[in-house]
Amino acid sequence: MTLLEINNLSKHFRSGGRDVTALDDVSLTLDPGQTLGLAGASGSGKSTLARIVMRLLPPDGGSIRFAGEDWLALSGKDLRRRRAKIQMVFQDVLGAFNPRATVASVLDDPLRIHEIVPKSDRPRKIAELLDRVGLQANLADRSIRDVSGGQRQRIAIARAIATDPALIVLDEAVSALDVSIRGKVLELLVELQRERDIAYLFVSHDLAVLRAVSHRITVMDGGRLVETGPARQVIDNPQSTAARALVSAVPRLRIQTPQGHSYEP
Amino acid sequence: MRLVRNLIGTPEGAIGLGILVLLALVALFAPVLSPGDPLRIAARPLLAPFTDPSFPLGTDRLGRDVLAGIIHGTRTSLAVGIAAALAAIAIGLCVGLTAGFAGGLVDEALMRVVDAFQIVPSFLLALAFVSVIGASVPVVVIAIALGAWADPARLTRAQVLSIRERDYVASARVIGTHPVEIALREILPNALPPVLALSAIIVAAAILTEAALSFLGLGDPNVVTWGSMIAEGRNVLRSSPSLSIFPGIALVVTVVAVYLFSEGLTKTIGRGRRIA
Repeated sequence: MTLLEINNLSKHFRSGGRDVTALDDVSLTLDPGQTLGLAGASGSGKSTLARIVMRLLPPDGGSIRFAGEDWLALSGKDLRRRRAKIQMVFQDVLGAFNPRATVASVLDDPLRIHEIVPKSDRPRKIAELLDRVGLQANLADRSIRDVSGGQRQRIAIARAIATDPALIVLDEAVSALDVSIRGKVLELLVELQRERDIAYLFVSHDLAVLRAVSHRITVMDGGRLVETGPARQVIDNPQSTAARALVSAVPRLRIQTPQGHSYEP
Repeated sequence: MRLVRNLIGTPEGAIGLGILVLLALVALFAPVLSPGDPLRIAARPLLAPFTDPSFPLGTDRLGRDVLAGIIHGTRTSLAVGIAAALAAIAIGLCVGLTAGFAGGLVDEALMRVVDAFQIVPSFLLALAFVSVIGASVPVVVIAIALGAWADPARLTRAQVLSIRERDYVASARVIGTHPVEIALREILPNALPPVLALSAIIVAAAILTEAALSFLGLGDPNVVTWGSMIAEGRNVLRSSPSLSIFPGIALVVTVVAVYLFSEGLTKTIGRGRRIA
């Protein structure tokens, strides 16, 4: 069964009298427990696609079916309740958190809103989530500004898995991280996927990152999908100019022959 | 608490806060410092200042104690100033938050109302309002607030427009947070600091407006205010200028203190931002 099915999605932005096409007839599918890598240079429309899937932006046309339902038809309370099943991790490890938040309040929000566990159990559940993403439970009382970037991104992942989602959209989720931490976070994501059968829509401009986690990769250029295929095939034998440009931007990709999930900086 | 400590760290903030605390204490303990009705006739009229130790600032044309008037006037000035500013900020925050968060037609409609209030000179508005409804302290407070809420509304809206596009608001939406909760918990607290810095300026302006209304005889006639004292002294400005000068000094000191406090507050908030 297909988890996410996007058909003929389009989106235009009007800025300063100019009409910019962000998405042009985009169609793709994603199966449960799979990772689709969405590659593309900046301005190719990949973040717009991610935000439309998250219902943060309305599309101009097209349809999105999620778990058999018309995802774009949902609104109000229904939408808020269903949001538990699609979560997102943002690129900006600081901007994605209210500057006044504490680690505990960040993780408490999804548990409270979706009534995942009763109120008295929440501190225990928060400790459990922190532990699952490899963080100490005593971090809970700290301000979100007082933890490191890598820890913050792990907290964002913990928040995303708190509602037990079927799909997590990762918008450049490791791009802002130190190269040494990046590999560890990617490993954590792959572990969580195997453990909970979560599908990832992994948006990145870095094919080295996508190769490490993706089952399939699709390449965007100028708002269109120009190439889609198994991760290995797209990287080893890119057909489109956009894909070739992305591959040549990461020289080491040509030398190494990746085996399974690995990420070498 | 950290805010207060940082505030005292700036010279403006320390001086402003010091004077304001002193004024607040004077206002609070006015009945103790100068018992009895400040409007009663206490001595011979037009007693010169610094001549009689029991009336250090002298008496006015009717023989009322000037020092008692200034002490009790502190109450009116501070109370009216702060109440009017609070009302203005409260209205401004609600309107700005609604306009910025709702957007579209609601935003357009609310901002045109704000425009209308910004175009009318706030003092004329207060003047008209008080002369139509009648002079009493609550009416004066509402009259001043009516002319002052437009600026905080505009500033709040601008803040909200910038904050609502931040990732943490998107993150709250993604997690399924109710829009009202997003507005009150995610946006409002982060939109507040610049509006708070503006509030001190509104307090200063409100104190001046109240004094001006009283000067024109549109203040509450049953309470003593610095503005009415200046107006009263104006009749004998050549023979006893001190009757206008002392309440004038009190007014200047208060307004300067509020401005210094606001400067310190702005600096402190700015610095807090940079650390964050």
